[in-house]
Amino acid sequence: MLTIENLHVAVDGRSILSGFDLDVGPGEVHAIMGPNGSGKSTLSYVLAGRDGYDVTAGRVQLDGQDLLAMAPEERAAAGLFLAFQYPVEIPGVANATFLRQSLNAVRKARGLDELDAMQFLKSARARMKLLGMTDEMLKRSVNTGFSGGEKKRNEVLQMTLLEPRLAILDETDSGLDVDALRIVADGVNGLRAPDRSFVVITHYQRLLDYIVPDRVHILARGRIVRSGGEDLAREVERTGYADYLAPAA
Amino acid sequence: MTAMAALPISTPIPAPIVTAVAGLGAPASLADGANGWRATALRRFAACGLPTRRLEAWKYTDLSSLQGIDFQPAAADLRLADDHPLPQLADQPGHRLVFADGVLQPALSACTPAAGLDVGRLADWLSAADAAAELGAAGEPSPMVALNAALASDGLRLSTAPGIAVDRPVELVFIGGLGEAATASHPRHRIELAAGSSATLIEVHAGGGDGCYLANHVGEITIGEHARLRHVIVQTEGATAYHIASRFVSVAADGRYEAFTLTASGRLTRNEVTVSLNGPGAACVLAGAYLLRDREHCDTTTIIEHRAPHTSCREVFKGVLDGASRGVFQGRIVVHRGAQKIDGHQLSKALLLSDAAEVDQKPELEIYADDVKCSHGAAAGQLDADELFYLRSRGIPEEQARRLLIEGFLVDVFDEVTDDAVRAALFAHARRWFAAPGGPQR
Repeated sequence: MLTIENLHVAVDGRSILSGFDLDVGPGEVHAIMGPNGSGKSTLSYVLAGRDGYDVTAGRVQLDGQDLLAMAPEERAAAGLFLAFQYPVEIPGVANATFLRQSLNAVRKARGLDELDAMQFLKSARARMKLLGMTDEMLKRSVNTGFSGGEKKRNEVLQMTLLEPRLAILDETDSGLDVDALRIVADGVNGLRAPDRSFVVITHYQRLLDYIVPDRVHILARGRIVRSGGEDLAREVERTGYADYLAPAA
Repeated sequence: MTAMAALPISTPIPAPIVTAVAGLGAPASLADGANGWRATALRRFAACGLPTRRLEAWKYTDLSSLQGIDFQPAAADLRLADDHPLPQLADQPGHRLVFADGVLQPALSACTPAAGLDVGRLADWLSAADAAAELGAAGEPSPMVALNAALASDGLRLSTAPGIAVDRPVELVFIGGLGEAATASHPRHRIELAAGSSATLIEVHAGGGDGCYLANHVGEITIGEHARLRHVIVQTEGATAYHIASRFVSVAADGRYEAFTLTASGRLTRNEVTVSLNGPGAACVLAGAYLLRDREHCDTTTIIEHRAPHTSCREVFKGVLDGASRGVFQGRIVVHRGAQKIDGHQLSKALLLSDAAEVDQKPELEIYADDVKCSHGAAAGQLDADELFYLRSRGIPEEQARRLLIEGFLVDVFDEVTDDAVRAALFAHARRWFAAPGGPQR
């Protein structure tokens, strides 16, 4: 579903990713773990199409399409979703307006009918209930004044509405207490399906107790240095990342 | 009726003075002379001429391009067709006066009599003996106000009886640029709210053709004790229009003046308002939004004089500037000696959509009292790249995302409009600006 080959990315002339490879099959959950500064967030932003990242080599395909050639909104329409580590606050734009415009833009691009206000509200409210969100969060400005937990729930709400093919969760556990973590994880697990894949980026193993991965990769020095099953996450939690930071032999 | 017939004409006016106003909408009959207040105003204007950027108050707004245009007054018998499309804001105004290039259109105007409300025309009153003293007095220092006094031919005269709440708005509609020749008009309005009364005045200014025009409005507004005026102004002037408005508002104890101005087009617009808060409890709210593109210029100049203790003001202005447009905000708040317990709040924010757009913001506080709460803020910025990316990453196309962010920037200034229907109509105007061809540009 997602194929990343020999990806090299630089920011302001500084190499961040160098020779990154990843292959995620349909329905799989892959975790990418790594120390701070290893390029985890760069990976998520490059995949979503943020400005300021120079891809100097390599290619990325989503369902056989050249992802890097697409505008961010085209990537969303093609089924990519990035749950932000730091969801952006947008004062003055009501969350409901944002969610509906987002959903309808994606539906339109996918050849589906747009939802009217009533249909949208019905759909949003059903999903919000599962995430423990109140109606009031539709009226507030996007993420503005939301607590850390509310922001992350809002991210998962968007994910459940947009029904992506591939979701990238960037440090979704940061800033969450255990209860919020469980709610968010339940939201993600509820979306797991044979034709939907996840890339879970995290520093800690904790989140992987709730969202159990099929594969775990260690990202260090700009590339994947080791891959394994879910046990690898627990091993890293014990031993730390120090071993992976030494220059390659 | 021919409004200019009301001009008191007798003494010859010296040629240089006639030359000074030639091409600014002066009637040919002026050369024969004028006496009294018109002559005084003429001399005052001729002594200084059009304001230049050497004047502090006009530092950021350049009127020199007016010089090369030969403005004439519109024919007094100018009449629009009875089915001429009218730009309007109010759903059901109690009164609507329509002017075309400054000339009243009786067939398009309508009035529903209301108890305690007197609505009339300046033209009907000019010939009255007491016109002289009043018209000559206001706005001594301003050349544009003097020019208006010299050449004013018509406008609104509105007064209320004490304690009357006028429930339906009074709407003035000005349509400009109808002819091929450049046209100037100098409308003059006088609004007096007696103690305890309240009213809503709506002004709609719109371009009605491709012609170049100058609309030089002067408004004199007096708000009595416990009286309240809501004043809504919408400017969608033509692409070659010059709109210059000078308003003088005096507010008595516990009186309230609330003004909202939306400027959505016009070559050059200057909205200057001077509010004098004269008695304890007097308050004003000045708010507005300006949406500029191409080479448009909009100048908002406010002067608020706190002349009594326990007076308050609140100012909120937001601008969106595209193309090579230019915005100006000059906000002066003066707290006079002895005017204690003042509450003043001023905010001016501009969103620049292009590198060529420019905004000059100049807050000025002059405080001669020591127990005063005054705050001001001015900010200018561009669309936030992170916000734009966030919206696009959720599938919202770039243009739509930009519109959403611009609306998000603007929306709260419309909260200053208290009437729901009026607020919705104003916001619809703003939306039309977004949807217009070419804008907001990338």
